[in-house]
Amino acid sequence: MNKKWKNNGLKAWLYLLPAILFLGAFMVYPLIDVFIYSFEEGYNSASQTYWGVGSYNYSYVLHDPYFLQAVKNTFILVIITVPLSTGIALLISTGLCSIRPLRNLFQTIYFLPYVTNTLAVGLVFMVLFKKTAYSDGFINLILSWFGGKPVDFIDGPYWAKMFVLCVYTIWVVMPFKILILTSALSSVNQEYYNAARVDGTSRFRIFMRITLPMISPMIFYLIITGFIGAFKAYSDVVALFGTNLNAAEMNTIVGYVYDMLYGDSGGYPSYASAAAILLFAIVLTITCINLLISKKKVHY
Amino acid sequence: MEVILQNLTKRFPNRDRKKREDVIAVKNFTLEIPDGKLIGLLGPSGCGKSTALNLISGLIKPTYGKIFFGENDVTDLPPENRGIGLVFQNYALYPHLTVKQNILFPLQNLKGKDRPSKSEMLEKAMEAAKLVQIDELMDRKPGELSGGQQQRVAIARALVKRPGVLLLDEPLSNLDARLRLQTREEIRRIQKETNITTIFVTHDQEEAMSISDLIVVMKDGIVQQTGKPQEVYDNPDNLFVARFLGTPPINVFEGHIRDQRLYIGDDAVLDVKGLSDRSVYVGIRPEGFLLQENGPLRCEPGGVEVMGRDISIVSRNKASLNPAIRSIIGADSHIDTSGPIIKFALVPRKVFLFDHETEERLETGL
Repeated sequence: MNKKWKNNGLKAWLYLLPAILFLGAFMVYPLIDVFIYSFEEGYNSASQTYWGVGSYNYSYVLHDPYFLQAVKNTFILVIITVPLSTGIALLISTGLCSIRPLRNLFQTIYFLPYVTNTLAVGLVFMVLFKKTAYSDGFINLILSWFGGKPVDFIDGPYWAKMFVLCVYTIWVVMPFKILILTSALSSVNQEYYNAARVDGTSRFRIFMRITLPMISPMIFYLIITGFIGAFKAYSDVVALFGTNLNAAEMNTIVGYVYDMLYGDSGGYPSYASAAAILLFAIVLTITCINLLISKKKVHY
Repeated sequence: MEVILQNLTKRFPNRDRKKREDVIAVKNFTLEIPDGKLIGLLGPSGCGKSTALNLISGLIKPTYGKIFFGENDVTDLPPENRGIGLVFQNYALYPHLTVKQNILFPLQNLKGKDRPSKSEMLEKAMEAAKLVQIDELMDRKPGELSGGQQQRVAIARALVKRPGVLLLDEPLSNLDARLRLQTREEIRRIQKETNITTIFVTHDQEEAMSISDLIVVMKDGIVQQTGKPQEVYDNPDNLFVARFLGTPPINVFEGHIRDQRLYIGDDAVLDVKGLSDRSVYVGIRPEGFLLQENGPLRCEPGGVEVMGRDISIVSRNKASLNPAIRSIIGADSHIDTSGPIIKFALVPRKVFLFDHETEERLETGL
């Protein structure tokens, strides 16, 4: 019996081996490496040398105004886009689930952004928002109809740029959320709704007391992955504001890491590592808080 | 409350779009259910019994026909205004709410002056829970309850608003055999205590026969027969009803009538009056066989099944439509099945004749 179990254990490890090897080589090892770099002061990747070991990298990064700007931008982005995109996705998918005709067509349309390239979408947003010598952009055109003053959304004031970035992010993450939520909504057993109808439950109460708790695991999944995704925002920002993000005051934490590695001011792997570890710590903390809250609110 | 159904009919558009005909789930269902009775809607799956229940509940609207609760025409009322309690086949208990919250749920939906105060709600919920004996489990979640307990919670939730009519959709189908016996007694007791007109749907004839005041046998959306369980059993209107009721099921033979005599194969088994010569189906209840040395019906013995109180003799006959004939004999009678032939006499009132074409019952004076 015992021997058989041992054999089984061996077999299981054997099956897991390829995955472990790949994860080890491309995930675990680099992670540990980054962690080590972040404490090696003045590490030079070409010569593989460093001056000493200590927390100077962290101190530098935390005092770097560009990093603080990046953290601020990232937090604003996260706090605005995650609740808004999840909420709007919930509204749209509830709507989708309660219509019959053309439902599949609408589902396809809502899913289109998901299969569209980030940079292509960025181009579209440029058309919508960018002010050029020839036009003020589509949104400014609409604003002017209502008597608004044209705003330079791409190179203008901070709030305008942040607005564009938030709209863009919400728009990009929406399709996936709608997809997940519509399938979650349609998997709620119709019998619960029938029971609620017989009991004379109002539509609002059905939604709050039955639908929401029933799909709460999926909502929670979307919130967690939404937080993580938004904290890692980078390519969207590049698509909108180009690569010189520090100058545009629109850098994100991941952007800062990239700049430290390869940007004009690049060549500082130690600082990049420290910033990456800080991001990791932030995401870990937020996720843990999410998990703690979810224990009370999510019904499996 | 008295429930009256008049020509209730429900058509569904055919799923298969190539076929133009609608599916008729319930056809011309007319029934008067007296106040305070327990009614079993009985039939094989797909016979329209659940549709009939949903029509009464208001979850689906009839194509035509009317439904009255007492004096009131409720045909166009939505379910919440009909004053019904409905127990679903899978109970539909909200899994994220405790038993107490589940039972309180219908009360919390009430608005305005109908809405009881919090303490009144709790009192009512407790009362309903006590009635179904789950008052100890109020703080559990449905997932932590057994099937039988969930069933009780569902009944309590349906009863908490004191409905005029209680509807149960296959209430026992999710329970194991032993629990089923217990629960059906329980349903009977609750119904008697509350005196609420109760309609339940089942495909299990034993279940329906054992607890109902009235049974309604349905097939293909059409009511076949309505009556007290024993009367329907003793006097089936047609072959379908005769076959559907009774365990072991009725034995059906090809037979014919010649010169006022009923023949099964070559055996003249009974004298019948008033019927011209013709082919018939002969239905004989298992308890309608008597072992007799010179009995007229000859069968080939197949074996004996002892079931404690009774003995069931399995035998074969060329004219039988069932592969094996089952006859139930008291366990104390002496049985010799060693011979090549076993002979039965028949109890006339346990023998039914049905027309070969229409399968309707023939009056024989037996």
